[in-house]
Amino acid sequence: MKKDIILSGVGGQGILSIATVIGWAAINNSLYIKQAEVHGMSQRGGDVQSNLRLSSTPIFSDLIPEGECGLIISMEPMEALRYLPYLQKGGWIVTNSAPFVNIPVYPEIEKIKEALQKDANVIFVDSDKVAKENMAPLSSNMVLLGAAAKYIEILDIEKIKEGIRNVFARKGEKIVEDNIRAFEAGLKCSETK
Amino acid sequence: MSKKTLLLGDEALALGALHAGLSGVYAYPGTPSTEITEFIQAHPLTKERNIHCQWSCNEKTAMEAALGASYAGKRAMVCMKHVGMNVCADCFVNSAMTGSNGGLVVVACDDPSMHSSQNEQDSRFYADFAMVPCLEPSSQQEAYDMVRFAFDYSEKYSTPVLMRLTTRMAHSRSVVEVKEAREQNPLSNPTDPRRWILLPANARVRNQQVIKQLEQYEEDPSALEHNKIYEGGEKAQMGIIASGIGWNYLMENIVGKIPFPVLKITQYPIPKKLIKEMADTCSTLLVVEEGQPFIEQRLRGYLPQSVTIKGRLDGTLPRTGELTPDILRKALGLKMKEACSKSDVALPRPPALCMGCGHRDFYTALNNVIKNYPTAKVFSDIGCYTLGALAPFHAINSCVDMGASITMAIGASESGLHPSVAVIGDSTFTHSGMTGLLDAVNMNANITVCISDNLTTGMTGGQDSAAFGRIENICLGIGVEKEHIRLIVPLPKNYAEMEETIRQEIEYNGVSVVVCRRECIQTAKRHLKKENKK
Repeated sequence: MKKDIILSGVGGQGILSIATVIGWAAINNSLYIKQAEVHGMSQRGGDVQSNLRLSSTPIFSDLIPEGECGLIISMEPMEALRYLPYLQKGGWIVTNSAPFVNIPVYPEIEKIKEALQKDANVIFVDSDKVAKENMAPLSSNMVLLGAAAKYIEILDIEKIKEGIRNVFARKGEKIVEDNIRAFEAGLKCSETK
Repeated sequence: MSKKTLLLGDEALALGALHAGLSGVYAYPGTPSTEITEFIQAHPLTKERNIHCQWSCNEKTAMEAALGASYAGKRAMVCMKHVGMNVCADCFVNSAMTGSNGGLVVVACDDPSMHSSQNEQDSRFYADFAMVPCLEPSSQQEAYDMVRFAFDYSEKYSTPVLMRLTTRMAHSRSVVEVKEAREQNPLSNPTDPRRWILLPANARVRNQQVIKQLEQYEEDPSALEHNKIYEGGEKAQMGIIASGIGWNYLMENIVGKIPFPVLKITQYPIPKKLIKEMADTCSTLLVVEEGQPFIEQRLRGYLPQSVTIKGRLDGTLPRTGELTPDILRKALGLKMKEACSKSDVALPRPPALCMGCGHRDFYTALNNVIKNYPTAKVFSDIGCYTLGALAPFHAINSCVDMGASITMAIGASESGLHPSVAVIGDSTFTHSGMTGLLDAVNMNANITVCISDNLTTGMTGGQDSAAFGRIENICLGIGVEKEHIRLIVPLPKNYAEMEETIRQEIEYNGVSVVVCRRECIQTAKRHLKKENKK
């Protein structure tokens, strides 16, 4: 059993925290894992992505081959578009619906939605809004992880929650609770879809 | 008992070095190598064992300090990005001649596809040229294990060892099984003190030894452990030679039994015997290597004309850029998997200076002054402020190598170009700008040097800058006149004053330095958070 996931967004949106949580859960589930990420110049306000590979058998490539990704989790709708050639036909995309506009010309959001839905199953979550409504405005990334949780399949939802508790533990109980609340709110978002 | 932890390739290497009995890491930050030193700085064993881990001014000072530690019998490591090898090359190449006493490992992180770099140079050429053994791990576990081996090997043959990582290896995480930490080395004197004095008479003797050792490296049992032929396909016409991360992409595309013989190379010098063995059974050899065609070029000298060599030079693989599993898949003639179709709706989102960054205000003011001088050119340098080349600033005319801003401005000015302005960051200034400034003072060059000081090494994530609190004194000491060392604070409310200062110094016929100082907003945010916690 294996699952290849692409995480995408803009520098500073917290995709690496999502990767760290899933990574913790994977290790504590005795899965093999590889996670490639981008550091350095490409980070400054630019697009960022992480390739996350989970498997019950050894993994060779640090990068996900085209057509093998089963799930894109994106903190930004246009950023999800970049990775379509990696997504299996009929694969899942769980994306924040709120655009992050820091370029002079940004495509129409309706065009982005249409392009995303062409070959894939898409769940749009206004994770920034849900995070605020749940009094955890800095945990938009965990809302999104919650919404994506059931599509990760290779990991139990409880195990991911345990991952959040462990990864954020050193930041204090309040931060842990905010993130758990955000994650649970995210879970509800995908239940109603 | 072994323990498993999830580590970046950089971190795995760092932990391997700590567990190998490291006494000091010497480095200058540079993507994708920075995390090696940062990991060591943060590790409890570093404090416990009092391991040196402070950043050096540049890669040359780092390499030399590490060589000194090795002289004293300690295990030392030097880390840098590939272009850092150019900076430390003088010492690196000569360290092969002196050899090592305590284990000396040099780590170069190459950046094919230039994610954060000016070129795609491949550090294996440096190892080859300096006659230094080189190791190229394919996995995080190999990075951990091999650095320990590298220290042992360095001590066995009294030679520095180069470890080469590439971006995807450096910045990818996987589970690593770790071992018990070895003790550090005691102080010890070199056994052959003469070879450390590279007078021609000594160096000539040593040169013969180094060349002789090259053969011994190939015969060393470790070479057969790290370079292996995997048999496959009884009557295969084609064989594959794969190294580093190229091996991973190859194996990703193989389901079940390997259909052709594969030679995996992890340890250099290139194993000539194994390559000839491959050529005896295969009429075609495909070389899969990340970076430049290093193995591929060498093969052409080892093998008869009748063997067809495929790789980056004949177009089977792209001549430039990183490999990917998909590139390999196409080269192997395998069918691509069905995927969602590409969309052209997404637009590029290039990196940009952060909102509120001091470099922004500096460039705004500089542009306002420069527009009155149609012949002006701005020579810039390596750092976040290189992004001043992009919209909306379009403020700089060059970015070449660490320190080149000042020296290129000198050359241009002496050739008659005026105004000749240099823009350099604080950390880049102490890395390689100071000697250029001394040239400028000695020549009384008519240049204006703007040091955009954000009090940190920003581009790589905010490491300590060697220039911190020293810039004015350095400039004074070098001989810049006191009244032409000016300080401005880059904030919108100061534009009028900033512009006037820059204008005055451009008008001054001689060397002037404008220090433009405001903390990087990323490190300022971090410092504020820390303060609030207290």
